[in-house]
Amino acid sequence: MQNTQTPDFKELESLAKKIRARLVVMSHRTGAAHLGGALSCVDIIVACYWALMNVDPQKAFDPGRDRLIFSKGHAIATLYVALAMKGFYPEELLDSYAQCGSKLAEHPAPYCVPGLEVATGSLGHGLPVGLGMAMAGAINHVPYDVFVVMSDGECNEGSVWEAAMLAPARSIENLVVFVDYNRWQATGRSEEIMALPSLRQKWEAFGWNAYDVDGHDIRAVVEAVRLAPRGDGKPVAVVAHTVKGKGVSFMEDDNNWHYRIPNEEEVQKALKELGQL
Amino acid sequence: MRNAFASEMTNMASEDRRIVLLSGDIGNRLFDDYKGHAPDRFVNCGIAEANMIGVASGMAMCGLRPIAYTITPFITARCYEQIKVDVCYHNLPVIIVGVGGGLSYAELLSTHHSCDDIALLRILPNMTVICPSDSHEVRAALRAAVAHGGPVYIRLGKKNEPLIHDSQPEFTIGKGIVIREGADVCMLSTGNLMPLALETAALFGDDGISARVVSFHTVKPLDEDLLTEAFNNFDVVITLEEHGLLGGFGSSVSEWLVKRPAARADLLQIGVDDVFCYEAGKQDDARRTFNITKESIVERTRDLYRNRKQGT
Repeated sequence: MQNTQTPDFKELESLAKKIRARLVVMSHRTGAAHLGGALSCVDIIVACYWALMNVDPQKAFDPGRDRLIFSKGHAIATLYVALAMKGFYPEELLDSYAQCGSKLAEHPAPYCVPGLEVATGSLGHGLPVGLGMAMAGAINHVPYDVFVVMSDGECNEGSVWEAAMLAPARSIENLVVFVDYNRWQATGRSEEIMALPSLRQKWEAFGWNAYDVDGHDIRAVVEAVRLAPRGDGKPVAVVAHTVKGKGVSFMEDDNNWHYRIPNEEEVQKALKELGQL
Repeated sequence: MRNAFASEMTNMASEDRRIVLLSGDIGNRLFDDYKGHAPDRFVNCGIAEANMIGVASGMAMCGLRPIAYTITPFITARCYEQIKVDVCYHNLPVIIVGVGGGLSYAELLSTHHSCDDIALLRILPNMTVICPSDSHEVRAALRAAVAHGGPVYIRLGKKNEPLIHDSQPEFTIGKGIVIREGADVCMLSTGNLMPLALETAALFGDDGISARVVSFHTVKPLDEDLLTEAFNNFDVVITLEEHGLLGGFGSSVSEWLVKRPAARADLLQIGVDDVFCYEAGKQDDARRTFNITKESIVERTRDLYRNRKQGT
């Protein structure tokens, strides 16, 4: 069931900056890694929760809700912040992130907070589970959409392509996959480690309606999904071209920030760039 | 057992709209009747087991009761991490059914043998492991698994196994079923070795040894009451499984036993050795290779008796 309201994109851009600032501070305070990949997918998550999805924090378990699986679980901080800002739980909970005993671990536990659908962290799991949810919608006659956010490194996993073959064979249309294509994985350029180029064509060849978009242009991300045809039996793949570390100049496209933790000085610099000081 | 599985699936799918059958591109014609009753709740997921378990998990998260079915090694070892993370970590009502457990596909060699599945599945938190001994138990286990509402692994044999029960027995997960009473030796059989257990018990009779035979269908959780009683009251307790001796049912019983040093009975574990198969042969040939025969079991039990006498 698509959300068709027109959002205020300027407002969403400023929200994205707030989320990024929060992520930088959280990584600094806790020493939790994976900041680069968390920053690259912020705009996709904002597009989903503030424009594309039908979700109501007051009815987090409504059977008719749209569902999002954050499959690149190492970057889960982005979803934690977004869900808090969306109102699924108080923002103060974010202060406990990665602390001993917290509900918000560096990879999400099952059912850890309202709004978090699936525990992830091992790559290649989200799309098959999302496909199962999408198929259940058809079986149960409940019209919801399922969104899966994956990393480009995650496309190394064979299970992704198993699901990619089954979904169009079953004419599943209520399934949207975003690939956060920031062109880096843990130890190098993703397109050098595996033959990743022509990613959009790969999805298309597997039977999907596939689009290349600027993954930092929230409007473009939203429109790609909204303009995708319905009724042709094809799921939707959005290859979102992004920059790892997006929004902080000295982190952008520098893969050291897959593991590096910002120091106090770097946090101040980042917050300034993000307009949060 | 597989025909009973298909037939009971059809019954259950007709009664319960939450039931969905996922198959890994096997069971040609086997599910025709099912598909006639619930065409929208049959999904051939192709030869892609990791995805199949993920799909089943997503369905279970949305209120359905998926049953995922294919040949045992492919629905256990092949997609193990999906079972661990998607099914067990989320504690979902996904039922995993492996056909051709143990050496059922002996002639296809070790790619199709499954002598590690009980070991793999029973160490996962939240998982229940059931190995029915005949078609009646298959039907009962399926129903109990759906009612259970958490992850369940059901290990089937193949086809044409003899019936052990006359009708559907009273079946409770975690409670063994006594098939034949006896006083000296207690044979705990899990899964498709039950016919051999009964033949062995008869052979014991020729020696004047009285053997109880139990269908120990649930490997996890263990029936601890039954084990306590057996180890207190019998001379020898024998575990039988068409599965590796490392990590399987017998291994599980021995883990339990070391915490109870006062046990009266000796434990004899019958199962598959820690080796692969490299030569052609049928199921019975493979069993002979691993000394899973009634003669061998009787002989090894006699040795145990002899040692006990010498020890006292």
